[in-house]
Amino acid sequence: MKRKIYLDNSATTPVAPEVLEAMMPYFAGAYGNASSLHSFGQEARRAIEEARAQIAEILGVDPKEIFFTSGATEADNLAIKGLALADPRRRHIITSQIEHHAVLHPCMWLEKQGYEITYLEVDQFGRVDPEAVRAAIRDDTLLVSVMAGNNEIGTLEPIEEIGRICREEGIPLHTDAVQAFGKVRLPMEAIDLLSVSAHKLNGPKGVGFLYVRKGLKLIPLLHGGGHERGLRSGTENTPGIVGLAAAARLAFSEMDEVAARLRDYRVRLIEEIGKIPGTRLNGHPTDSLPHIVNFSFAGIEGESLVMRLDEHGIAASTGSACSSPNLEPSHVLKAIKVPLAMAHGSLRISTGRSTKPEDIDALLSILPGVVEDLRAISPFKVGE
Amino acid sequence: MMYTDKVIEHFRHPHNQGKLPDYSAVGKVGNIVCGDVMWLYIKVDKDESGREVISDISWETFGCTAAIATSSMVSELAKGKTLEEAIAITNRDVADELGGLPPVKLHCSALAADALNEAIYNYLKKAGREIPEMLEKRHAHIAKEMESLEKRYAAFLQAQEAAKEKEG
Ligand SMILES: Cc1ncc(COP(=O)(O)O)c(C=O)c1O
Ligand code: FES
Repeated sequence: MKRKIYLDNSATTPVAPEVLEAMMPYFAGAYGNASSLHSFGQEARRAIEEARAQIAEILGVDPKEIFFTSGATEADNLAIKGLALADPRRRHIITSQIEHHAVLHPCMWLEKQGYEITYLEVDQFGRVDPEAVRAAIRDDTLLVSVMAGNNEIGTLEPIEEIGRICREEGIPLHTDAVQAFGKVRLPMEAIDLLSVSAHKLNGPKGVGFLYVRKGLKLIPLLHGGGHERGLRSGTENTPGIVGLAAAARLAFSEMDEVAARLRDYRVRLIEEIGKIPGTRLNGHPTDSLPHIVNFSFAGIEGESLVMRLDEHGIAASTGSACSSPNLEPSHVLKAIKVPLAMAHGSLRISTGRSTKPEDIDALLSILPGVVEDLRAISPFKVGE
Repeated sequence: MMYTDKVIEHFRHPHNQGKLPDYSAVGKVGNIVCGDVMWLYIKVDKDESGREVISDISWETFGCTAAIATSSMVSELAKGKTLEEAIAITNRDVADELGGLPPVKLHCSALAADALNEAIYNYLKKAGREIPEMLEKRHAHIAKEMESLEKRYAAFLQAQEAAKEKEG
């Protein structure tokens, strides 16, 4: 069997050995319920509060502003619906057309409940214009939610400028930082709510957090035992939370070095894949997350491409029609106006801390042949 | 979503791919839902007893794993069949022969059956022959879908033509 190469790190990442090690004591050993008074409980409580303090330190915020959740989907939902419930007179939300579904769908759901949502357009690279945010703000605007970096095409959003405008207008800014956290520096002074997920940064699945700036009031989505200072009931996932903090510390301790390496891979991929005829780069060439790059290939379909690469032991993904249950090309590719025929042939490559130069070599040696092979059986002959 | 081994096998090693140099007719269809396209070429000859059979068949497909596997399968099913037998091949037959398809991918097998339908329709039409009612009806439906697909692909096809002209 050939060595397998994983280039789908924006879908999820392997748990880093040091993260797994940090988590291990909290499964069968220190298994107490952090709400219990006895020593078992207190041991778990200490671990959770230490994790909270570590994450707060990384972000330069107060530990009281960190709320653990089951991941970013919950954090996004809590930010949007929790704020809506807390301030029911404000009925307008501003977001962008390229958000993750964990932001878009709560907004659409609120729209059905009578809210008005502005889905901001983006430019050809997927960037929101900060001035468009300002123009969209109304008297009854509740929230602006714009992601820090896009999970499909990698493009970075001008969060700092958007945050400045929000501050001027007195509107809170939420940012889904799932892909950006641990990869680029975040302008925390500009951000009021921030969602993070552990499994995208070499931590475990099913855990994440929402940062909530002091003074912002949210209504919980889950009522129960009053955990997480009443905002998120449910016995804390101690090993998960410990793993999340360990993963965050690891990511920040090696951020500059890893980001530089992944950026080099990205430059190389853009240069080499660009040589294949009929190719298009989706997203910004440089103003991007270091680990995500997205291409379209004319004349072929994305799912076939992913399946062919998988035969060669290479795992990547596609935002194209046939991979998704609704058979529509991704809303992100549509929003940046990728021509339909090209949108059907997209490939997302996302690297991670364990990606090696040889992995990039392997992809680059296999991809042109695979593209050629699929074009040979396509009625659309491109670049001959 | 899981594909059967049979689907994967046909996807990996598709049969009858490419374009027949001396085809009698071609069926060109696109799937309106997702913009996948299949062209199916047939060569029709008379067998010893004078019946018209599909003596050779090939295809070109722009589509997903299932679309490529169904293209391969429909070409296998139709090869060597009389026109009458070939007309009777349905998308169900194609999907069944592949051991089934995930529900969201069932329409891909329709693409394959439609292409076969169209190739036979075009063959009979060209030969000035009478067209069975079922074939005619399905043709009308497919033509309507194609029209809307072509609008979506107009820009792409234009670019193709421009590229070809530059070459030529
Ligand atoms: C940008 C973004 N937001 C939210 C999510 C959802 O995160 P989780 O899997 O932790 O719910 C993801 C990952 O799928 C993502 O990439
Ligand atoms: S042909 Fe479109 S999903 Fe298969």
